[in-house]
Amino acid sequence: MSEVHIVGAGIHPFGRHDDKTGLDQGVFAVRQALADAGVAWKDMQFAFGGSSAAGNADAMLPHMGLTGVQFINVSNGCATGGSALLSGYWAIKSGEFDIGVVTGFDKHPRGAFNPDPEAWGLPKWYGETGMMLTTQFFAMKITRYMGLHGITPMTLARVAEKAFENGARAPHSWRKQPVDAETILRSQMVSDPLTKFMFCSPAEGGAALVLVSDKKMRELGLTGPRILGAAVRTRVNGSFEVFAPSLDVERGPSPTQIASKAAYAMAGIEPNDIDVAQIQDTESGAEIMHMSENGFCADGEQEKLISEGATQIGGKLPINTDGGCLACGEPIGASGLRQVYENVQQLRRRATGRQVEGAKIGYSQVYGAPGLSAVAILGA
Amino acid sequence: MAERPIAANLFEENGTGVRLIGGRRKSDGKIVFPLPTGVEGTQYEPVSLASEGTLWSHTVQRFRPKSPPYAGADDERTFKPFALGYVELPGQVIVETRIDVDDPSRLKVGMKMKAGTQTFAKEGEPVLTYVFRPAA
Repeated sequence: MSEVHIVGAGIHPFGRHDDKTGLDQGVFAVRQALADAGVAWKDMQFAFGGSSAAGNADAMLPHMGLTGVQFINVSNGCATGGSALLSGYWAIKSGEFDIGVVTGFDKHPRGAFNPDPEAWGLPKWYGETGMMLTTQFFAMKITRYMGLHGITPMTLARVAEKAFENGARAPHSWRKQPVDAETILRSQMVSDPLTKFMFCSPAEGGAALVLVSDKKMRELGLTGPRILGAAVRTRVNGSFEVFAPSLDVERGPSPTQIASKAAYAMAGIEPNDIDVAQIQDTESGAEIMHMSENGFCADGEQEKLISEGATQIGGKLPINTDGGCLACGEPIGASGLRQVYENVQQLRRRATGRQVEGAKIGYSQVYGAPGLSAVAILGA
Repeated sequence: MAERPIAANLFEENGTGVRLIGGRRKSDGKIVFPLPTGVEGTQYEPVSLASEGTLWSHTVQRFRPKSPPYAGADDERTFKPFALGYVELPGQVIVETRIDVDDPSRLKVGMKMKAGTQTFAKEGEPVLTYVFRPAA
């Protein structure tokens, strides 16, 4: 078995780009990742890529070069990027391949998604009466959590405030304007207790990584973070997920909790070994709950940790150092790879303006519908 | 009281009040809501759910949901925010429901809730749907 390293990372800035397709942004990211590593497309032995709403990833082949490379399209909901990474990781770890690229891109229409109940196997009345909105799910998950664990609305606002602060320092982010906690709290209520500034928006962007075996890395004279552990897990009985007209009385763990445990075990490390983390922040509450689901604190400790600035750059555990989904928006296919891109920058000490000093281990976790989570842990 | 229910086999009303109709899986007794239909439905038998429970979580829908799937007769201007949440029916299942309450700030996780019905102004014709209300 080979060790797997990331020797190149590329990103197309997230946001709105009316003049570009999603595919254009994916191609941009792949070219940047190849240039970052100083390798050529013709050297790639495999590619795994995906988008949720912007077409087949392998449509980038005529743009990159028809080299006959094995290109596999990945489609796995919000964990599409994370799943592409995992596929590339296995391809090299197994010893079958030595070098390849993983990529994800997307481009979504503006505003909330409008899902079709029947496509989700749900009765029509569920959508007709206005109960089929992802925003409601997020609001209800954090409402219960706040009630049980003493989290206040001000803490929700502080998470968003930090996101916009960090986003203002990251070249690839969408939102560049800091917003203070009071303004966030007072902004339009979307689904109580979450206001407009506490939610991320669908967006556009692309990200790509060049993966190599340790042997290939030496041969090419390159360096880059090693993937210490990576796992994708789906929901189990008793997990609370979107679009659920009923839930089991007997509650169970979330997919994030089980993916997280698996990745820590693979890496042979503990949550307190992590120096920097990028975790899913579809809205402010998600970041708070994911701090605990990923093992960084006990339920309820977030209130104190966040007010003390523990999750800011310079704090004990900086979280979402590029502003996360709140400041970057969420192009589904690219979002998980953006997190890994940011960790690569942090571990290579290239995160100008937002560098976490001495960061040696980076953690990323992407979560989404219909109830899956992907975790990757990198070591410098 | 001429309105028809928004869907068949969703809830029932009798002398003891309104009860939702769930499904009990024949293999292991697990209860779900609503009662599954079609091929999956053959694995379940109908079960009358408790008419009272406790509030598990809640929120308020502040903007008019996109149509489709939303089918309210209102528009962006006339839409009225509504509360919704999950109610735990002890020992049975936790169900998602619209909540009929004048002041949503009254809602607290753990409070007692009671099932009822309410007219839903659906595009085309008003229909009857289920709701929960704070009990007392």
